[in-house]
Amino acid sequence: MCNTCGCNITSGNREFAYKPVNGMTAVSVLENLLARNDDQARHNRHHFDKHDLIAINVMSSPGAGKTALLEATIDALGNRYRIGVIEGDLETENDAIRIRAKGVPAYQIITGAACHLDAHMLHNALHEFPLEGLDILFIENVGNLVCPASFDLGQHRNVILLSVTEGDDKPAKYPVMFRAADAVILTKSDLLPMLDDFNPARAELNLRSLGSRVPLITLSARKSLDLGDWLDWLIGELVQKRGKLASDIPAQPVTDLRSISSNTRMRE
Amino acid sequence: MHELSVCQALVAQVEQIAINHGALKVESVKLRIGPLSGVELSLLEHAYPFASAGTLVEGSRLEIERAPLKLNCEACGLESEAKPNLLTCRMCGSCLTRVVSGEELTLMSVELITA
Repeated sequence: MCNTCGCNITSGNREFAYKPVNGMTAVSVLENLLARNDDQARHNRHHFDKHDLIAINVMSSPGAGKTALLEATIDALGNRYRIGVIEGDLETENDAIRIRAKGVPAYQIITGAACHLDAHMLHNALHEFPLEGLDILFIENVGNLVCPASFDLGQHRNVILLSVTEGDDKPAKYPVMFRAADAVILTKSDLLPMLDDFNPARAELNLRSLGSRVPLITLSARKSLDLGDWLDWLIGELVQKRGKLASDIPAQPVTDLRSISSNTRMRE
Repeated sequence: MHELSVCQALVAQVEQIAINHGALKVESVKLRIGPLSGVELSLLEHAYPFASAGTLVEGSRLEIERAPLKLNCEACGLESEAKPNLLTCRMCGSCLTRVVSGEELTLMSVELITA
């Protein structure tokens, strides 16, 4: 049955679907508002799966250290894993230039006025950015703790950064974003001794208050401090993802923001 | 900030439904939105006339039903209402909770003027 010719209307749901009253027709839809973005995201995810890589969406407020974390990660893993980076910014190619300086391919999406990446922007970028041979693709989203949370890009995992120079109540202020995390990274930990108002325990309490059970990893990318847990998590996810691909289960972010619509429809 | 993008996606989706049904215009659009959807209702309502201008959706009524935020606790089994930034169980305090309602960003139905 399809949604085109009307063959999906049965005697059981007819009343629900069409209610012609004075030339008026009511149509029941029950679809996510971002259905088109989600379709495109599924297509992107399939593309990533075909290349047997893991795609990680990196999100945070501006200046939390996303690019610095990627640079430190490339330094640590670049000789063992092939890494690629797609950058999203309103303007400038600066971040892509920083990544390329590490000898890793990078593509810059310039969003203009858009405050987030969406699945279509990423898809256009994928046409210009070869994925062959990559193990890990980082998608560095636009620095913003609000809008990027609403748009599935087709990534397998979401990593959210919270720098210690921000407030430790950020998870309570931006619950939608922090609930989307598969891992939360407390960055710039080398500055903690200088900051008397950021309490890592309070940051964790605010995160756990969202019902979040994801790993919270504290590190300093600039000073290469305590990168171990982050690198272990990353490699663990890649290994797990490749194992899952073998058994043909598509990997998705743990906290699917649109899990409600998935509940009402068939889960993939 | 992204409500205009969301609204443009909504209008495109509704216009396609109207075209599929050979409708002349759209009378009303019903949404169900939860507090954890990441979308601000008033911004969406403000964006709607701009996003729908010049389409079959222009001039239609936007009706938004607010979905309650409900949790189910895996530790004690209580189902309760919650606030967006306090999603632990209010009975036993556990963070082993699942959001069972509140993430919706759903186009429920549309009313079309067909003739």
